[in-house]
Amino acid sequence: MQAFEYASPSTLKEAIGMLSSKWGEVDVLAGGTDLLSLMKEYTHTPKKVVNIKGIKELGGITKSGAGLKIGATVTLDELVSNATIKSEYPSLLEAAMGVSSPQIRNMGTVGGDLCQRPRCWYFRQGFGILGQDKNGTSLVPKGENRFHALFPQAPAYYVNASSLAPALIALGAKVQVAGPNGNREVAVADLFVIPKSNSGRELSLAANEIVTSITVPSARGVKNATYEVRQKQALDWPITTASVALKMKGSTVSSASIILGHVGPTPVQAKAAESMLNGKSLTPDLAAEVGKAAAQGAQPLNGTAYKAQLVRTAVKRALLEALKQRA
Amino acid sequence: MPNYSWPPMSTRAVMGKSPKRQDGLEKASGRAKYNSDLNKPGMLFTALLHSPYAHARVRSIDTSAAEKLQGVTAVRVMAAAGAEVNWQSQEVAVVAATSEAVARDAVRLIKVDWEVLPHMVKEDDLGKVGNRAKPAGEQVTGDPDKAFKEADVVLDGSYGMPVLTHCCLEPHGQVVEWKGDVVNFWPSTQTVSNVGGDLAKNLELPATQVKVHQDHVGGGFGSKFAADRWGIEGARLSKASGGRPVKVFLDRAAELNIAGNRPSAYAKIKIAAKKDGTITAWDSVSWATGGMGGGGMPPIPYVYTNIPNKRLNHTAVATNGGPLRAWRAPNHPQASYLTCSALEDLAAKLGMDPMVLFAKNVQYAAEARRETYLYQLKKAAELSEWSKLWHRRGDSGSGPVKRGLGIGICTWQGAGHASNCKATIHSDGSVEVELGSQDLGTGTRTIIGQVAAETLGLPLEAVKVKIGDNSYPVSGSSGGSTTVGGVSSSTRIATVNVLEKLFEKVAPSLNSTADKLEARGGKIQVKGDATKSLTWAAACKKLGVQSISDNGTNDQRNPRGLNTAGVAGIQVADVSVDVETGVVKMNRMVAVQDCGLIVNPKLAESQVLGACIMSVCGALMEERVMDAMTGRVLNPEMEFYKLAGIADIGNIVVHMDIREENDKRGIVGLGEPPTVGGVAAIANAVANAIGVRVPSVPLTPDRVLAALEEKRS
Repeated sequence: MQAFEYASPSTLKEAIGMLSSKWGEVDVLAGGTDLLSLMKEYTHTPKKVVNIKGIKELGGITKSGAGLKIGATVTLDELVSNATIKSEYPSLLEAAMGVSSPQIRNMGTVGGDLCQRPRCWYFRQGFGILGQDKNGTSLVPKGENRFHALFPQAPAYYVNASSLAPALIALGAKVQVAGPNGNREVAVADLFVIPKSNSGRELSLAANEIVTSITVPSARGVKNATYEVRQKQALDWPITTASVALKMKGSTVSSASIILGHVGPTPVQAKAAESMLNGKSLTPDLAAEVGKAAAQGAQPLNGTAYKAQLVRTAVKRALLEALKQRA
Repeated sequence: MPNYSWPPMSTRAVMGKSPKRQDGLEKASGRAKYNSDLNKPGMLFTALLHSPYAHARVRSIDTSAAEKLQGVTAVRVMAAAGAEVNWQSQEVAVVAATSEAVARDAVRLIKVDWEVLPHMVKEDDLGKVGNRAKPAGEQVTGDPDKAFKEADVVLDGSYGMPVLTHCCLEPHGQVVEWKGDVVNFWPSTQTVSNVGGDLAKNLELPATQVKVHQDHVGGGFGSKFAADRWGIEGARLSKASGGRPVKVFLDRAAELNIAGNRPSAYAKIKIAAKKDGTITAWDSVSWATGGMGGGGMPPIPYVYTNIPNKRLNHTAVATNGGPLRAWRAPNHPQASYLTCSALEDLAAKLGMDPMVLFAKNVQYAAEARRETYLYQLKKAAELSEWSKLWHRRGDSGSGPVKRGLGIGICTWQGAGHASNCKATIHSDGSVEVELGSQDLGTGTRTIIGQVAAETLGLPLEAVKVKIGDNSYPVSGSSGGSTTVGGVSSSTRIATVNVLEKLFEKVAPSLNSTADKLEARGGKIQVKGDATKSLTWAAACKKLGVQSISDNGTNDQRNPRGLNTAGVAGIQVADVSVDVETGVVKMNRMVAVQDCGLIVNPKLAESQVLGACIMSVCGALMEERVMDAMTGRVLNPEMEFYKLAGIADIGNIVVHMDIREENDKRGIVGLGEPPTVGGVAAIANAVANAIGVRVPSVPLTPDRVLAALEEKRS
């Protein structure tokens, strides 16, 4: 790890003042479950690290009529212990519990889960976010890519690593961001972008912005569920996830949101699958059909064709899980 | 001549019982200090510079900037200009510094000009390895061509398993201090008595000058016998830094990349058989790699070695990967997996119950083990509820979760290694036994104590066991499952000998002679007359100020019936496979294992449990992933080099085959045999569940789904 300057401000304003407008110079530290390994591998070599855990306004979960506001430094453990999350947002609860290490749930934060960097082993070994060799050719398509994208967006073949993003996007959540020019809000779906270069970033944030909170609309009347395919029961990364949120009108679906995780460089919205549910009563047969539609348009790499089957299963099972709920 | 033989099963008071592991609390509470925990005053830290390339030559290397960095005390070049490196992560240089951070920064200042050479890191397709293939030559027994022509049925199968790494939780390494003409060495080793000699030879010092100490080992599995390149350089760094102690423990990536691995194994196997399941011929084309030296050669057909007609073609493949080291039962898990997979597939092809087919062909196993295998197959069937749960291949219901059962088989030698023990009885009644042995986490300390206590008629707590130091009598390396046989035998002999001396001292006070005395229940008494006795303390008091000691040697050429070799084991796996996700879940693993006389059944079961967990990892998760283009290991960590957690292992049922007829053979080692059959059993259970063979392990969702897809099309 390269030596760095450490700061632990107590206000958001102070913290923002410490950031740099250039990526790579300053890193924001919350739970540190990803940042520390990036620094140990010299993938990140910041000159300064700004700890934001001492900033009170970034913590806590507050409930209002409109929904929930989750502070960026709320830990995954706080999230899964929250009564409203447990009762109203089973998709978020399941997604967070999928991080099946108590140690990581105790340290890792909601903001950190969204901002963590991809697990692509080429990236982690120093070949850049796009996994390119010296000639600018990506190593991924002809390399070992079993954990990579089913829906790649060339030149990005890695998968977004966030456990919570699919559920948050399906629920219509937004991220509040603070920077030197004030505050702004973006849909969680718009937080993720395709990097412009091998040293670029996969977030739409500026280098001197901080995620401050996440707001999730009320899920009353919204059946929601997440199904995660993970090989191990013990700590393991999801191979494929599906999160669904179904707005119900009586026993029929008035609108559906289906978001796939760990199959593309950004969470993938399964639009064709979503539209199949409009105005329909959800049945097991329909769930299976919707699952099939969700995998359509996949462009598998040589090692990721199996993820199409996982998408079909995850979507079907998430829908069936949602079906069991009382809206 | 004293009688060294083991007391009969029925009279044992401490052996054959299951006292708790003597260092269990210390380990569970974190108080046990491993050598990787050492933090000596003035200790220096190190960092290694590794080759970024799988094959390259060093044109030049410049360490001057590293040497100048404040805090750096010494730099050693391990691959000098002109040297060729043959695997990614091979050591190039090592730096000693006052902190780990400085050492790591310094390593990044070393400039190497590389000439990159072509590499080859993949061996799964034998057709693509070119001149890296080193065929071992064909071996033919009987007339396989004729047997295949006359066969009722011919099975044709392909099977593969990748290179695994040992993944020791305590990485390889050592703290070393070379001060004057003495080297103090605190390694993580499987051979306390011998590793000092290995270091001394490399440092061109007399072996007498290296002092070795180690209390605990955090996993070795066959990979920790040498002083290691980095240990030798660590000593030189210490000398160059004025004799300060130097810590050289590998980080996780280096541990997985350079500290050894288990060779892969691939085979195309043909079996000829009669309709009743009797095998008549075997034909295999197999290959493996374990780095530049090629790989091991799995002994196939495994266990069923006496199949009358055989043709074997094995090829070692040289790849630019880290070099192999012995891995818990070298070549056996591979051989068991290849053989048992083919047998299970043959049974499926014949529509037979594999229990029947495995038993029918036991005629081809070594004669001494045949009855044991038949007994164990029956026992394993009973414990796995085989008759209730087994079904024909693929006949597993319409739901998405398919259950299946499969069998794996093992054999191993495991005689006692050469071992010396010194036993001492002090006049205050305290007892110590000393051996230059090591406890790999297997419970060796406890076993030694039990043997000594049994012999001396004392409770286990009364014996102080001293191991882990090369000033104690020389005892063998812990490899080949030979420790328990070796140390138990030498301890038995030493304690019988020292007890004889005590008998001679106290016989007059009991108006008897030494040959008429026995030690039982904390007393020295006249055999057959418990009224003539002395308490242990009173007896030892007769020694006055003089302690007594004697030695015991386990001579491998004449183990006096105390230990022997040769065991058998059967494992049955019970799995559920979700065919919509390809995820395999362990329901149950049944392990029936013979290992002769068992000193501590709980510790023995514990060995088998650990072995089964390793099999779950190997069958379902573990794989060193190599990148063809960069030549790198892509998963030298514990994120994508996956190991099972508690929730992944299912219910493990261990049945130690404790029977008089096994017991009377003496002690046989157990570390390795139970790791052999598990992968085979799990792979066979998955084939039984889903109706198709997944051609290679680990049985990850992508492989399972691909096999199902292939079956459909």
